[in-house]
Amino acid sequence: MIEFLFKGLVRDRSRSLFPVLIVAAGVMLTVFLQSWLNGALSSLIQSTAHYRTGHVCVMTRAYNEKADQLPNDLALLGIDTLLTTLRGQYPDLFWTPRITFGGLLDIPDEKGETKEQAPVSGMGVDLLASDSPEWKVLNIRPALVQGHLPKQQGEILIAEALAGKLHIQPGQKVTLISSTMYGSMTYYNFTIAGTVRFGVAPMDRSAIIADLNDIQQALDMQHGAGEIVGFFHDDLYHEDRANVITEDFNTRSSKSSDKFSPIMGTLRTVSGLADYLDFASSFSGIILTVFVVVMSIVLWNAGLTGSLRRYGEIGLRLAIGEETGHVYRSMMVESLFIGIAGSIAGTAIGVAIAYYLQVHGFDIGSMTKNSTMMISDVIRAQVEPSTFAIGFLPGILATFLGAAISGIGIYKRQTSQLFKELET
Amino acid sequence: MELKTEAANPGSPHSSVIKTHQLDKDYRLGLTILKALNHIDLSVTKGEFLGLVGPSGSGKTTLLNIVGSLDTPTRGTVEVLGQKVESLSHKEAAKLRNNHIGFIFQTYNLLPVYTVFENVEFPLLLLGIETPRRRSMVMDALEWVGLADRAESRPAQLSGGQSQRVAIARAIVKKPELVLADEPTANLDAENSHNIMKTMLQLNEDLATTFVFATHDEKVIGYVRRKVTLVDGRIEKDEIQPRH
Repeated sequence: MIEFLFKGLVRDRSRSLFPVLIVAAGVMLTVFLQSWLNGALSSLIQSTAHYRTGHVCVMTRAYNEKADQLPNDLALLGIDTLLTTLRGQYPDLFWTPRITFGGLLDIPDEKGETKEQAPVSGMGVDLLASDSPEWKVLNIRPALVQGHLPKQQGEILIAEALAGKLHIQPGQKVTLISSTMYGSMTYYNFTIAGTVRFGVAPMDRSAIIADLNDIQQALDMQHGAGEIVGFFHDDLYHEDRANVITEDFNTRSSKSSDKFSPIMGTLRTVSGLADYLDFASSFSGIILTVFVVVMSIVLWNAGLTGSLRRYGEIGLRLAIGEETGHVYRSMMVESLFIGIAGSIAGTAIGVAIAYYLQVHGFDIGSMTKNSTMMISDVIRAQVEPSTFAIGFLPGILATFLGAAISGIGIYKRQTSQLFKELET
Repeated sequence: MELKTEAANPGSPHSSVIKTHQLDKDYRLGLTILKALNHIDLSVTKGEFLGLVGPSGSGKTTLLNIVGSLDTPTRGTVEVLGQKVESLSHKEAAKLRNNHIGFIFQTYNLLPVYTVFENVEFPLLLLGIETPRRRSMVMDALEWVGLADRAESRPAQLSGGQSQRVAIARAIVKKPELVLADEPTANLDAENSHNIMKTMLQLNEDLATTFVFATHDEKVIGYVRRKVTLVDGRIEKDEIQPRH
C-alpha cells in the first residue's frame, strides 16, 4: 500500500515536485538570509576586534574615558609585567600590545623639502617578532600589495590607497610628524617596506602600520602601549567568557581610585558598538522571524491547497473502502515526505550558496569607501550549526500543519460531499 | 473469458441485499428544507439488476449514496447486507464498502497517475490481498472487461468507453455482493453504452452480483430487470421488466 501511494506521489508532479520546489525555495531563502545576516554582523564584530579593540582590551582607566581621542599621554606603562600577568592568568586568550596614534606623514623630495603631506592613523604593533600574532590578526601577509613585509626596525607598511594619493613607492623615506606621550612634537623617519590593502575602508584610507618598538621610540613611550588587546584562540568573540574574564581582571587588578590602573573592557563596551550590536542583532532577529513566519504561511498554504485540491481523489478512496484515518495518515506521511525532501533540498542549496559567499564574499567596497565603520569591504555569509536548522523545522512543520488542517475536512464532510468534488 | 468466482456470496438467492424502511433524507438550503428522499421503502434481493430511474433531482443519487454508506439518512432505516447503515461508524462503513460494495460512477473517476492495472488493483490493496493472488485477480477482471492488453496504459490514453470498463473492472475485481452504479453511461455514446450494459449484465448473470443503477438514460433502462421510478424523492413506480 505504501509503495502504491508513493508511486502516485512521485508520478503526480503537482503533488510532489511542485510542493517540494516551493518548500525548497522557502527554506533556501531562509537559510541564505540567516547566514547572510550572521555574516554581516560577524564581519563587523571581527573587523572591529581585529583592527580596533580585540575581543577584550586592557588600558588605563583614564585612557578608557577618552579612548576616542587616542590619548597616548594616558597610556599603560610597564607593559611587560602586565603582559606576563595577562598571559599567565588568562591563557584562553592571546595578548598583544598596540599603540594607536595619529599624525602627519611627510613625503620629502630629493632635497628633503616636503613634497606631499597627509594625515594618517597609525598602529604600532608587534611586527618583527617571528611568533607575533599580529600577522594573522591583521591579516598582513595577504594584504600586501607592493614591496615586502617589514624585516627590521624603521620599516613600515602603508595603505595602498594612501600611497597612491601621496605618489610614494616601497623603499622611499617618509617622516612621521606626531606628538609624544608627554605632549612634545616628534619626527621619526621610516622607510616604506610595502603597501597593504586590508579591505576595510577606514584602514585602507589612511593607515600606516609600524613596529611597536619604533612607535614607542617615536612617541617616547618606552615599555608603554595604549592598549593590550586579547583575542580568543578560535578568533570568535565569546561574549559570556569575555565578560567573566573582564570582571575577574577588574576585580583583581583595577583600582577605581587610581586613574592609571589598568581596566579591561569587552569588544562591546570598548568599541561603543554595544547599542548598535544589540540593535543589529534584534533587527536581524526580527527580519528573520518575519521571514520565517511569512515562509511558513506560504508553505502552510501550499500544503493546504495541495490537500484541498485532492478532496475528489480522497472521496474516491473513501468510496472504494479506504478508512478515513488511513487516508488522513497517508496525507500526513506525504506532507512529511514533501516537507523533509523540500527542507533537505532547500537547506542544501541555501548552505551551498551561503558557503560560496562565505568563501568568496560579496564586495561592497564601492558603498563603504567613505565609511568610518570597521566593516570589511567584502561581506561574507557565515554558516553555523543553526543554519542547518533555521529553515528545516519551519519547512517540515508548515507543510505538515497545512496538510493536517486541510485534512480535517475529510472528517468534517460527508464522504458523498467529498466525492462530488471529484466530479466538479 | 469467465471470471473465477472464488468468493462465496453469502445468503440464499432471494436473501435481501438492500432493505430501506421509511427512509428520508433532508437537505437544509438556507431556511428551506429540501426533501431529497421521502418515505422510501425498498427491498432488493440478491442477484437483481435494478434501475433507479427518474428525472434529475428525483433523489436517485442520494439513495445510492445512502445505500453505499457514503451518506447517512435523516430518518428511517437502511439495511445493506444485514448491516444498518445509519448506525455504522466511519470505520465500519469503510469496511462495508471495502468488502461488499463496488461503485461505478458517471465520470469513471479513475486515478489518473496510476495505470489501468493499478487502478483496478487499488481495492485489493485495501483488502490486504497478497501480491500473486492480487495480480491474478486484476488480470481476470481486466480480461472480463476486455482490457487485459491495456493494463499498463494510463487513463488519459483510454476512450470514454474503455475508461468506464476499467471502472467496472475496479468495481467487480473484489467480487462484491453489490455494485452501485450512478449514471454509468451518461458520458458514453450509444455503442459504448450498450457494451457497458452487456458487460454488467453478464457479470450479474455469472457472479450473481446485485446491480443497482441510477439512470435516466433510455438506452440503459431497457436492460434493467426491475425499474424503480423516483419522482420528487418518492417511489412512484416499481415494476419488473420483461427480459430481452
